[in-house]
Amino acid sequence: MDDPQKTRKEFSRRTLLKGGAIAAVSGLSGMSEAIAPAAAADSPFVSHANITLVINGVSRRVEVEPRSTLLDVLRERLYLTGTKKGCNRGECGACTIHLDGRRVNGCLVLAIAADGKKIETIEGLANGDQLHPMQQAFIDQDAFQCGYCTSGQIMSAVACVAEGHTGSNSEIREWMSGNICRCSAYPQIVAAVNAVAKRNA
Amino acid sequence: MKNFSYARPTSIHQAIELAATSDVTILAGGTELLNWARIGIAEPSKLVDITGVEGLEGIEELPNGVVRIGALTKLNDVALHPVIRKSYPVLSTSILKAASAQIRNLATIGGNPLQRVRCPYFRADEPTPCNKRTPRSGCAALHGLNEKHAIFGWTEDCVAVQPSDPAAALAALDAVFVTQSRQGGRRIPATTFHTLPSENPTAHNVLQQGEVIAWIELGEAAPKSAYLKIRERESYEFATVSAAVALEMEGPVIHRARIALGSVAMRPWRLVETEGRLAGLRSDSPEIMLAVKAGFADAKPLAMNRYKIQLAQNTAVRAIEMAAQA
Amino acid sequence: MNRGLDNAIARLDGPAKVSGKALYAGDQFQPSQLYAVLVTASIPCGRVEAVSSVSALATPGVVRVLTAADMPRVHSALRQITVPPLASRFVPMQENEIVHEGQPVAIVLAETLEAAEEGAKLVQVRYTRSEFSIADASIPEDAIPEKGNYSKAGPLAFAKGDAGMAYAAASIKLTATYTQPSRHANPMEPSAILAVWNADKLTVYDSVQHLPAVQNVLAAVFGLPPTNVRVVSPHTGGGFGAKAFVWSHEILACMAAKVVERPVKLVLNRQNMYSVAGPQPQLTQEVSLGANGEGRLQSMEHKVSNVTGKTDDYVEFATASSRAFYACDHIKISQQVRRGNMVLPTFMRSPWDGPGSWGLGAAMDELARTLKIDPLDLRLKNYAEVEPESGKPWSSKKLREAYSLGAERFEWRTRPRGGTRDGHWRIGCGMADCSQGQARFHSTARVRMRSDGTAQIESSFCDIGTGPATIFPQIAAEVLGLNPQRVKVLAGDTNLPYSGPTYGSGTTISTGAAVQLAAKRIREQLARLAGWPSSDIELRNGRVLLGKESRSIEELLKGAGLSEIASDGAFDLPNGAFVDMGSPQYPARTFGAIFVEVGVDAELGLLRLRRATGVYSAGRIINPRTARSQMIGGIVWGWGMAAMEASWFEPTLGRWYSKDLAGVPLPVNADIPPEIDVAFVDEFDSNAGPTGAKGIGELGATGVAAAVANAVFDAIGLRVRDLPITPSKLLGA
Repeated sequence: MDDPQKTRKEFSRRTLLKGGAIAAVSGLSGMSEAIAPAAAADSPFVSHANITLVINGVSRRVEVEPRSTLLDVLRERLYLTGTKKGCNRGECGACTIHLDGRRVNGCLVLAIAADGKKIETIEGLANGDQLHPMQQAFIDQDAFQCGYCTSGQIMSAVACVAEGHTGSNSEIREWMSGNICRCSAYPQIVAAVNAVAKRNA
Repeated sequence: MKNFSYARPTSIHQAIELAATSDVTILAGGTELLNWARIGIAEPSKLVDITGVEGLEGIEELPNGVVRIGALTKLNDVALHPVIRKSYPVLSTSILKAASAQIRNLATIGGNPLQRVRCPYFRADEPTPCNKRTPRSGCAALHGLNEKHAIFGWTEDCVAVQPSDPAAALAALDAVFVTQSRQGGRRIPATTFHTLPSENPTAHNVLQQGEVIAWIELGEAAPKSAYLKIRERESYEFATVSAAVALEMEGPVIHRARIALGSVAMRPWRLVETEGRLAGLRSDSPEIMLAVKAGFADAKPLAMNRYKIQLAQNTAVRAIEMAAQA
Repeated sequence: MNRGLDNAIARLDGPAKVSGKALYAGDQFQPSQLYAVLVTASIPCGRVEAVSSVSALATPGVVRVLTAADMPRVHSALRQITVPPLASRFVPMQENEIVHEGQPVAIVLAETLEAAEEGAKLVQVRYTRSEFSIADASIPEDAIPEKGNYSKAGPLAFAKGDAGMAYAAASIKLTATYTQPSRHANPMEPSAILAVWNADKLTVYDSVQHLPAVQNVLAAVFGLPPTNVRVVSPHTGGGFGAKAFVWSHEILACMAAKVVERPVKLVLNRQNMYSVAGPQPQLTQEVSLGANGEGRLQSMEHKVSNVTGKTDDYVEFATASSRAFYACDHIKISQQVRRGNMVLPTFMRSPWDGPGSWGLGAAMDELARTLKIDPLDLRLKNYAEVEPESGKPWSSKKLREAYSLGAERFEWRTRPRGGTRDGHWRIGCGMADCSQGQARFHSTARVRMRSDGTAQIESSFCDIGTGPATIFPQIAAEVLGLNPQRVKVLAGDTNLPYSGPTYGSGTTISTGAAVQLAAKRIREQLARLAGWPSSDIELRNGRVLLGKESRSIEELLKGAGLSEIASDGAFDLPNGAFVDMGSPQYPARTFGAIFVEVGVDAELGLLRLRRATGVYSAGRIINPRTARSQMIGGIVWGWGMAAMEASWFEPTLGRWYSKDLAGVPLPVNADIPPEIDVAFVDEFDSNAGPTGAKGIGELGATGVAAAVANAVFDAIGLRVRDLPITPSKLLGA
């Protein structure tokens, strides 16, 4: 109870140990590999499944119910709490992550539907202590205050640059409008996106 | 939400076989269905995730000039496709004005028109009188807060509007929804895909249980087309009203016009009378407004939304101007 | 004095926040924790007759469903706790009474979040409905003293001179009514709490704006000494007032954890954020201004009423602005409330002066139009050299400089003529006064100086994004001659020295002063260790200097056999007060002016911001970079108030119309142009506090709505007195 950080680490370690090695599962014709074994022999429907999520380059095995969202699995099962929940309805963008390289709202994706897919979260952006250029640009431009929307903003911003939606200030603003910042660091966020886009150009 | 069972077919054949089972709900982008389940609007017990179905994603130009969009094509991929941008700007713009970049990476072109009304009574965290939420419970919006509700085609049973932006564009383009089901499939015009409350106040569209949208077909190119969306904030908000306009011009003269208004009724509202009167007018003619107004003979405001009639008229006029300049 | 951009250092907590490592309350975990989900009342008034938990309990993973009958009764010690910081005297689930829709009536506890959410949907509550009243439509009434302390936070009535007679005699008269809807703070982080009991000791990881308040309230709820309760809150994902006071979910989560003897984590959903914590209330302001032909104010009358709940009287003192903004000999104000079955309203960013600057700022513009003088000149003619209410001198005020600099930066005097066309857009410019009363709070801090030349600040303040983790090290570093990077912060924990709250724009002035004093005492200790007079020494780069002599801190400490030295500092208010609004001699306020240019497309009902300049007189600015972000945030907050935000109360059902972020629009990136220009007047307010600084968290959001409405009038000649300025109001103007 005393040190939340310590507790988290223990939690994470335990989860990893429990997850163990990634088991190869042979496919059942027409059905997604990993979920098939949990299905009854005569029904393609499953009500729980062992899925594999490739998160920030690391395969993570996790047993889920079909109703669990990717956001809840990341946060509550895998303790990757950098991805935030602001509305749980796709109305704020705080949970923005990359799914197979594209930015999406984690609250609108079922974890089971992401089985086998690549997921990038804020935790995977830096290279050790070396921040991703977008993370550094957010600091340089003072593009956040409370920091709660920031993970989603940065994941969205990285995608915005990769998509090439940085041709003008108004284009950046439009393509960054799926992330609400109640502290309203909007001009600074646009400046950060612009700075990284210019650097990449 | 209640837990449900889940299946992920990979072929359209499997998908429609599974869809034919009772109690099955189809999952595509999920950007609406998950919210319905969370709110309690829907309680799926069996989910068939069709996003793994092959052959339903992508855009194809058929030899007969038809452009066929796979229903599972993500909204962003439709909007940014070179053919759509060039030949159907009204559709491209309507998509890019919808939702957010993230949601458009999940949501599909086939799923988007299936979104349900944004009426806050329908979406409330606890059920309120709403015939679409709870059949025969009444319509709280009829005499409640209805500033953003319907001005066309409403009845005392439902005054909500269909909020889809792409649906308005598809209606203006006379697109066709091609469905598949165990019975074979249907071709449903986008103009009649959504259900008016006079037809069925509890329904949103004519899709039947077991029926899956497979493709959306666009007819001849409409390069002179535009979409104008009005809302309080500049982005990431549903429309107060919108107008999708596709023109065919001969010089400065409108030869043929197709106009569908969004967020004014339970379906994209084609201004048929207006379309007829526009033919032969110059696009900068002052008579454009008269022609638009002629399409509003059936408009009927609620207590709080009389302004939407004028707003929709002005929006249509402006969208015509934009389409003519496209 | 300001040292300019040298102080504009990057946020020291930046790396943690951009990498997802900053932990918010909902990010905390405890072994064997249960997830809690609230079941809330679906009726606005009545009683819970029965709760059926059978289906919920049959759900796999659901452990317990708690109803009022299961909850411990609050200890009598809670009666000693005032409202606020207890948000409301009414604690739900003690009895079966329902006073507003959305009030918690049961709690589902489960092993997983999914199971708890499903269980909450399955709990069946049977109600007896009673007739409810809609506050929006209620008749204004006087506040009742017994209904909490909110109504005692300011004068419910004030009169100076004879405003009625002066108005009658004035040659120019203006009377108008300005309204605004209720608005929820909607911080991006929903409130969250993880409650953990260990015998009779309680630890909560909570999302708050004042940790000690939570500690004291929870201790009282359970009849414990405050030392038995520990509140941990290193980061709060925005508060804006919604987390300032202690709301029922915090009490209920702790009760639930006690009942089931397991840690309980309760993260409110966005819907709960509308009904478990309160909004800024709907306000109606009637403003009467009388002026002579030259534009000098002869009389000001300001009558305000706001909606409130049934259980306590929350008063939104918008009339504060009329007691403070302009020089006038005849002022009369009054405040009333309209009660109804709604969640109790609360302070939200820029309370009092946010609404007040809207009503008054718009009325002044109307008066300027009537007088045909520039609205900026009208303000200069009525410049309040002293506080109008008391006649006392301000602690500091450089508003004239702010007007001048703002007008220059915005090019106000050569602004485009109102109604100038840009395509379909018509351009309009408007300005208004910004001002916020300055709260000061008792606060303490400890500073440790270590032999390795690093320092550490310890205080229980919380980080809600306003930058304390950066500017407090700057304050300490300045005294200690260190690089701020070498000053660490330990905060967000009630085990640390008491800090005042992070609201009322009061953290910098209060806790900052305590930090500075503690650091000065370290400096004195270092001087003693060196054997030099503290008045003569200089501290630089980890060394103590006297003339040409110097000794390193490490050397001094090691020489004395110390690994570190520590000092405490306190910011004490006169008479041991918890809060005041400036010293008894010098009322304190912050000031500024906001200039905006908008585009209006009246055919399409569209209003868009084109550019804005805000210039502020707010004392010393510790860090111009974080300060700029604060002001931009405030301007956008004001834009939301002006152009879109509203929590409508549904009158037939007695509930919020929309409880989400789709039905209640907040500004997004596309709404805000890059041309948001912010500047500060060079100022050092030594009368407000020893750091020379004042608070800026709320100042930026004042005045904006008025400036926007004034700009709309400039653009299309339409005076909108009812916020927000949405398409239905602009159309056809």
